[in-house]
Amino acid sequence: MSLLSYFFGSKPKTASVAKERLSLIIAHERTSNRAPDFLPALQKELIEVISKYVNVGLDDIKVQLEKQDNCEILEVNITLPEQPPK
Amino acid sequence: MARVIVITSGKGGVGKTTTSASFSSGLALRGFKTAVIDFDVGLRNLDLIMGCERRVVYDLVNVINGEANLSQALIKDKHCENLFILPASQTRDKDALSEEGVEKVLKELFHMGFEYVVCDSPAGIERGAVMALTFADEAIVVSNPEVSSVRDSDRILGILQSKSRRAVEGREPVKEHLLITRYSPKRVEEGEMLSYKDVQELLRVPLIGVIPESDDVLQASNQGTPAIHLKDSDVATAYQDVVARFLDEDRPLRFVSYEKPGILKRLFGGK
Repeated sequence: MSLLSYFFGSKPKTASVAKERLSLIIAHERTSNRAPDFLPALQKELIEVISKYVNVGLDDIKVQLEKQDNCEILEVNITLPEQPPK
Repeated sequence: MARVIVITSGKGGVGKTTTSASFSSGLALRGFKTAVIDFDVGLRNLDLIMGCERRVVYDLVNVINGEANLSQALIKDKHCENLFILPASQTRDKDALSEEGVEKVLKELFHMGFEYVVCDSPAGIERGAVMALTFADEAIVVSNPEVSSVRDSDRILGILQSKSRRAVEGREPVKEHLLITRYSPKRVEEGEMLSYKDVQELLRVPLIGVIPESDDVLQASNQGTPAIHLKDSDVATAYQDVVARFLDEDRPLRFVSYEKPGILKRLFGGK
């Protein structure tokens, strides 16, 4: 077996497969599970405020919290409607 | 200043109770007055591992409900002078654990002069597990080098960082330690098992120790003796190292590399 795998190249070791799968799933679950629960409420209130001045809908605003090492970044993305030419 | 340490993992069967028994025994052997509390209401097992199952009269829930004094419920360990066990209730449901009740018990323990309180968490992320970690100052997250255990450890770390009192009150976060158990250097060498470096890299928590896979753990639990007391056992030495590192002593990692047996050993056997 070891002689054969020496000549034909061996399959990737299962431990490295495990590590790769874990690093993907953990990164994914960290962002989805650890988002604070106030985000939806924040998004709703922001829309209420902004729609007083500009005509925006629920889909025009994106609120995301990202974490990089010790630094948290709250990203608010508002797409304003295209201005009709005056 | 008294400290509360939770032994937790998310996944079951990874060695939380084994670790709670050995770690609390190790602290007591170092002369600290230590209590170990079983939070697995309904499925208590710490008493069996510590060998005091026949001396259980009252339990944690009795104390919380005011049906017994704390001093009546605490069981003195038969191996260590300074160690006391507070067993879990066997019959009641998990809702019997209230946050106020647990806080009251912990305060009373500190009032009685306990320096360390070790909380043995149940598996899962339900009420019992959350109660065990709520008042923690430090956490030992027990993980096997295996995919489901590592993933669950990451989940429990997330809960520590959001639901512990320290997190809720915005104080200094719970100090996290990673303990890898059931480690087989041979299988790591052969690429069949995640290495301790892999696990640490994935979870990003400082490593407090690696406990080798060993038949001794079963031998210890059979007899109701915490593994740290075993003579000439790698597991006992590894747990003593964990306690030393917890107390800020410098100990190099042991039992993490595999040496191929020599030709003589292979021919004639032997350990």
